This record gives sequence, structure tokens and C-alpha cells, in this order.
Amino acid sequence: MSTPSKPSLWARFRASDLGHAFLRSPGAMIAFGLLVLIMLAALFAPLIAPQDLRDATSFDLMDGFTPPFSANEFTGNFYLLGTDDQGRDMLSAVLFGLRASLIVGICAVALSALIGVTLGLIAGYAGGRVDAVIMRAADVQLAIPGILVALLIFGLTRSLLPTGLRDAMAIYVVILAIGLSDWVSYARTVRSAAMVEMRREYIQAAIMMGRPPRAILRRHLLPNVARPIFVIATINFALAVIAESTLSYLGAGLPPTQPSLGTLIRIGQQFLFSGEWWLLFFPGCVLLVLALSINLLGDWLRDTLNPRAVK
Amino acid sequence: MTELLSIEDLAVEFPSRHGTVTAVEGVSLTIGAGEILGVVGESGAGKSTIGAAITGLLQAPGRIARGTIRLSGEVIDATDTLAMRRLRGARVSTIFQDPLTSLNPLFTIEQQLVDTILTHRPMTRAEARAEAVRQLEAVGIPDPAHRVKNWPHEFSGGMRQRAVIALALCSEPELVIADEPTTALDVSVQAQILDLIRKLAQERGIGVMLVTHDMGVIAQVTDRVAVMKDGRLVELGQTEQVLTRPEHPYSRDLISVVPRADVKLKRFPVAGLGQGADKALEWLSGGSTRREASDRPLVELLDVRQVYGGRSGLFKRAEGFTALTDITLRIAEGEVLGLAGESGSGKSTMARILAGLTAPTSGEMLFDGQAVYDHGRMRHPDIRRQIQMVFQDPYSSLNPRMSVGDILAEPMLHHALVANRRAAQPVVEELLSAVGLPVDAARRYPHAFSGGQRQRISVARALASRPRFLICDEPTSALDVSIQAQILNLMKDLQERLGLTILFISHDLPVVRQMCDRIAVLKSGQLAEVAETETLFTAPQAAYTRDLISLIPAMTHARPSETLHG
Repeated sequence: MSTPSKPSLWARFRASDLGHAFLRSPGAMIAFGLLVLIMLAALFAPLIAPQDLRDATSFDLMDGFTPPFSANEFTGNFYLLGTDDQGRDMLSAVLFGLRASLIVGICAVALSALIGVTLGLIAGYAGGRVDAVIMRAADVQLAIPGILVALLIFGLTRSLLPTGLRDAMAIYVVILAIGLSDWVSYARTVRSAAMVEMRREYIQAAIMMGRPPRAILRRHLLPNVARPIFVIATINFALAVIAESTLSYLGAGLPPTQPSLGTLIRIGQQFLFSGEWWLLFFPGCVLLVLALSINLLGDWLRDTLNPRAVK
Repeated sequence: MTELLSIEDLAVEFPSRHGTVTAVEGVSLTIGAGEILGVVGESGAGKSTIGAAITGLLQAPGRIARGTIRLSGEVIDATDTLAMRRLRGARVSTIFQDPLTSLNPLFTIEQQLVDTILTHRPMTRAEARAEAVRQLEAVGIPDPAHRVKNWPHEFSGGMRQRAVIALALCSEPELVIADEPTTALDVSVQAQILDLIRKLAQERGIGVMLVTHDMGVIAQVTDRVAVMKDGRLVELGQTEQVLTRPEHPYSRDLISVVPRADVKLKRFPVAGLGQGADKALEWLSGGSTRREASDRPLVELLDVRQVYGGRSGLFKRAEGFTALTDITLRIAEGEVLGLAGESGSGKSTMARILAGLTAPTSGEMLFDGQAVYDHGRMRHPDIRRQIQMVFQDPYSSLNPRMSVGDILAEPMLHHALVANRRAAQPVVEELLSAVGLPVDAARRYPHAFSGGQRQRISVARALASRPRFLICDEPTSALDVSIQAQILNLMKDLQERLGLTILFISHDLPVVRQMCDRIAVLKSGQLAEVAETETLFTAPQAAYTRDLISLIPAMTHARPSETLHG
């Protein structure tokens, strides 16, 4: 429905309680600013990166192991963040790595939220046996560390895929592995929120109207339990990015031809003791800033939306 | 009478980023020793804020902007935290509204009383124990020496409120602030608690400030009454005078809308149906094949029995809790049947069965001659459409994430009473104006509306599926008395114009009397009595009904007749 004389989005944001709290929290603003910067850098990586990492002819072995902030002693080419053993520009590698990490993070969070929210809503709405089955499954899943589940899924899919497709499908496998290992927190939160809402009379009214369960779940229940989902998604986003890095670090993630931050850290780590510190340092720093800013933002969001929350 | 509390020109402000709200403005009043001053007004009038200001318990960021509060001549300084702490409990104590939450469930009654006594009075622990028993005895708890060892959950609601009163009085305060002390209680318990407060005030010479929205309570116990409106004191006088000859027009209005227990009025002297209701009524009555009101029952319950929680275990059969026993009840088309009873009597269980939400354990429900339940499920979508409900709590009965227009359009679309959302829009607007809301309400969300307005939306939603049978579960118990009168009028008008059949559930007998043709009284899951309204009030047959009626806080003072039939 259209509303005449709608105030601008910015004006409405400033007037809202969330916007008010945001403009009064320097920490949240800095974290948000950093995150926007990182997102933009990742989005425009092909445009701003000096080298196109996808094109293997663009780098020169002669440029290998150039230290940061200096020119190569043989070729005289300047690299801001140095190069690796192949002569790849680290700045470009970090930008493209960031891109891969963020894509995996966002998709994995979307997947786990989809699964978790759906199961949580069903459990909260139906109660009884359905609820018991879903929540026991969640308990079992929770008893196994997420990274193990991800490794298991990775190993399974890997052995099912033909060799030729492995590298091409790697990113989807990683998304699937992380997404499936992370749905429990959504399911639990949404279930308990849904159980509270189910007792409220507008749900009774919808039942009296004869609305089918699907309509009640989507139209009435989901919009009213949505708030905590965003908080969990923000925090899980940071976790997913780290999980991807961990997987890639363990060699169970993205191949070196399409590096993520984790892949870069794994490669860089091999050269740490031979003095080429920058191969590890810069991807590590970016991962730290990324994870920290998302976490700060997620924590702030949680505390703001739920003032009663005790850490 | 010596002056105990005197408040002069008190103003309380709540600064916020949306501007400063003045909750109390220029209030001056006094309470003498042994006197009960009633403070009455609608929600948001600032009644409770005065009490909070006296005890220094204003919710942040509230503050006293000006004015002085004197207790026995001594000025109370709310900013002196230490002095306030010595004052609270010792000289001024508070009785809160909800006895279920104002006792700490982790301590026995004795521990809570003894703690309070030791904090405020120079006694040894043994003396304090004896004192605790004496205090419980004074508030009328039977066998106090044993009951004092009980936990709060072992007390009934009424006994808990007595314990709360004992807790408030055990430090021998000079002033007691009672904030809606009986609102959460059944009418029979309310009468006892009010008597107790009255008696204790007189015996001990305690000043009582009784904050309430209920004129009946005011009439029953107070000496003087202060009428508040929008933070201001509009009238202060002897209770008898204010009830019989109110000077301020607002007091007159307030008294005129109190449902009377003694006479059935045609309607309250306030508005009912909104402007331009005719078009909406035309739509609402369209399409259905409504017959003339007849003696043929529209709704029937036959030998209905509801048992909760019973199941057969491995070794023994667990006895369930029987919420309803052998209920047989017929509601004729076009009739308004009242369902009265105290909490726990099975009213809500019966409402759920009649609403088609829960199938009874045994017995049958017929709607228009057809069985409603089939293997625990409601059978026909069309029966579902014809039975609708108006809920008790206007704050939880509307989906906060849907616009009012969408809320009203949903039943029409679901039952295919309109072709699409666009076609529903004019009907939504007509419905809104019929229930007395502006047309542009359709675009807004429920949080933008007051309780009374939400209840209007709730009524409109129930009507939007063109029902024949409307269940109203305490539809006005969450509302102020003037708003209650408007909603009751609205429902009466709609009932008359549409020939609706209504089941009106309420614990408030005067309201039931104003609304209903017949009344069913429920007690412990059984029908104590079913009779025509006038018969029930003038010549009640069951002893329980007689008790209930005698306990209604009577507006004993005869009221001016001109305001009633205006």
C-alpha cells in the first residue's frame, strides 16, 4: 500500500529508536563504517585490484617475493603489499580473497537462517512430537562441533563429486558445509520466540479465521519473531567467515586458484619462517578487522534490541 | 482529624527525547490519620504517579518538578536517597496490584515478614516471629501460627493479598499507598480485602491512599475521593458528595458510564456506532441467509465435559483436572447470553469449545443443528467463518506487524467474501467508520492506537467474516470505564442491527446485566444457574448466585437520575 508524504528513509531511520541508539554509539558507527568499506572493496575488487588474479598471464615469476611498500629489485615493479612466490600482487590477492570469504559468509548465513528459521517456526507452531523431533535433532547437531560437521559434509560431497568438478564446485561445497553446521542457533531462538507468540491472541484470531498453518506461519508468526533472527545472522556471519577461513586453512576449503582469506593465510603461513611475513600478515589483518567489525555490530544490535539481555 | 500527608502543588515530569511529558500537574491534597482517600481516574491520569512520587519510586527519568510533600508536617525530600530508604517501609508502605508477583516466591511468608519487621523495628528475632503471626492474624489468615511457615505459592490469591497487606503493615507505617489493591482479585475476595483495609485504617489510625479506576471500590471504602484527569485534580470532596452531586463535568461523565448493578439501562450515555455505519451494515448482513430470530437454538452444548491432563500411566491412571462437567446449554439465534463466574470456574474453557478451538473430552456441540466437531477437529470451514471471537487483551489480539487495513482484509479475503485486496479496501474503510475510527486508520499499525481503539479494530475484524455467532471473552476488562461504555454500546448497536448471537463472558456482573438477555452462572465447571437477566438479579435461585450478587461493590449512594437517562 502506498503512503502519501512518506518521510525519507534517512529521516525515518533517525526518528526510530534503533537509529537514535546508532547515532549515539561511536563503536557501532566505526564498526559499520569499516564493514561498509570492506564490502565496497570486495564488491569492486575487479576494478580496483592492480592485477586480475583470474588471469594467470598477468603475473610474472620474476616479481616473486617482493617485500611490501617497495619496488622489486630485478624488475623495478612497485607492489604496495608485496607479492607471493608466484609474483602475485598481495593487494589483489587480499581483495579477491575478501570477495570469496564474504560470498561464502553471506550465502552460508542465508542457508543456515533459511533452514533454522523454517524448522524453528514449525517446532514452535506445532509443538508436541514435531517439536520434540526437531529439537532433539538440534541437540544432536549441537553436541558435535560445527567445524567437524562442516568437515564431514565437505568430505562427503568431495568424494561424491567427479575430480574435474571439484575446484569449480568448491565454493558451493563450502557454503553447504558451513550452512548446514550452523542452523541450530536460529532454530532454537525462533522456536522459543514462536512459542511466546503462539499464546498471543492474534494467533488465536487467525486460527479462528480458519487460516491454514502455512499462512499463519508466514503472515503472522514470522514477522513477529524476525528481530532476533537479524541479531543472530550478524553474529553468525562473522562466525561463517571465520569458519570458511578455518576450512580453507585446513585445506578443506577454496583452492589456491580462487583464494579466500583462509587460503591466503594457509599459503602465507608456509613462508613465515623464511622471512616473507607479509604473505600471512595482510590477509590475517583483514580477516581480523572484518570479523571484529561484524562482531561489534552484532553485539551492539543484540544489546540495543534487547535491553534486558545479560551477557 | 490530624493531617498526616499533605501535598502542595505537586508536579511530576518525564523528560524524554520526544519532549517532556507532565504526568502530574499542580496537585494539592491531604490525608488525615485513619482516613481513606480514593484517587480515581482513567489510565494515564497520573494516579499511580502521585503514589510513586511520595515514596520516591518514580520510574526513571521521572522527576518532581515542583511542589512539596509533607508527612506529619515534615518535608519529604525525594533526592535524599538515604532518608527515603528509611522512610519507605517504616513510615510509608505500599500495597501493590498483583499479589502473585509482589511476594518473593523463594522465601516463606514468615521470612518475608520477619525481615521487614527486623529492618524497621527494634525487636529480637523471636519477638519478630511472634509479631509476624500477630500481623497475619490481624489480616484474617486462619491458623496463622501454622500458615506463617507456608510459601507464597501455597496461598490463594486472596490470602496472598492479605499477606501483602500484612507485609505493608508490619512495620507500623503512618501512611499506606494501595495501588489498585483488588483489581487482580475475584469479586468475593475483593469485598473481603476492602473490608480489611477499612477496618485496619480505623483501628490503627493509618492514612490510606487508595488508587483505583473502579468507582465501586471508591463507593465502598473511601471517606473522600480525588478525581484525576490528565494529571490534574479535577475534583476533591467527600465520597458521598462526589458520587451523588459531582461538581465537575468530568466527574459526572465518569460516574454516568459506570455499569449499574441495580438497573438495566437501554444504553450508556456515550456514542456507539460510528458515522455512516449503514453501508458497512449492509455489507455485513449481505450474502448470509439470516433467518428471523427464532426459538430454535443456534448453538447447543450437549453434556459437554472437558478433562485436562488425565492419562493412563504404566502403573496408575492419573486423574485429570475436570474443567467442565456435564454442561448443557442452548443459545437461541439473536440472543445475548452472559457467562459469569469467578476465575477458574471454566469460563475460558467453555469459550474455547464454543469457538471451535478445542474439542470437548466428551459431549457434543451443535451449530445450527450440525455437529461442529468431528474427531477433535472442526468440521466445516463455513462453520468456522460463522463463529468469531473478540478477545480480552487488545494489546495482544492484533498482529503488530500488519497494518489495520490488512488485518481487516485478511478474513474477507480468506473466506472469499471479496474478490481481491483492492476490492476489500472500501469495505475495510466502511467497517472502520462503522466502529468509530477514521478511514485513514487502515494504513496505520496497531501500536498507533489506544486500547479502546484496538478493541474497536478487534470487533471490526471479528465482523469482517460475516459471523452469526460472536464470542466476547471479557472484551472490556482491560479498558477504562468510559471506553468500556463506548465499546459496550458499539456491541449492543451492532447486535441489534445485525441480529447477532452473542456469548458475552465477563466476571463483572454489572456489565453482564447491561449487555445480556440471559445469564449463565458457572461455578467450578458446573452451571449454577441459567436465567433471564432480570430474574437472575431480582430473584436468584442458586445460593452461589445470591452470594455473587451481594458482593458487587454497590454504588450505595443514590445517583442523580438526570445524568443517567441523558
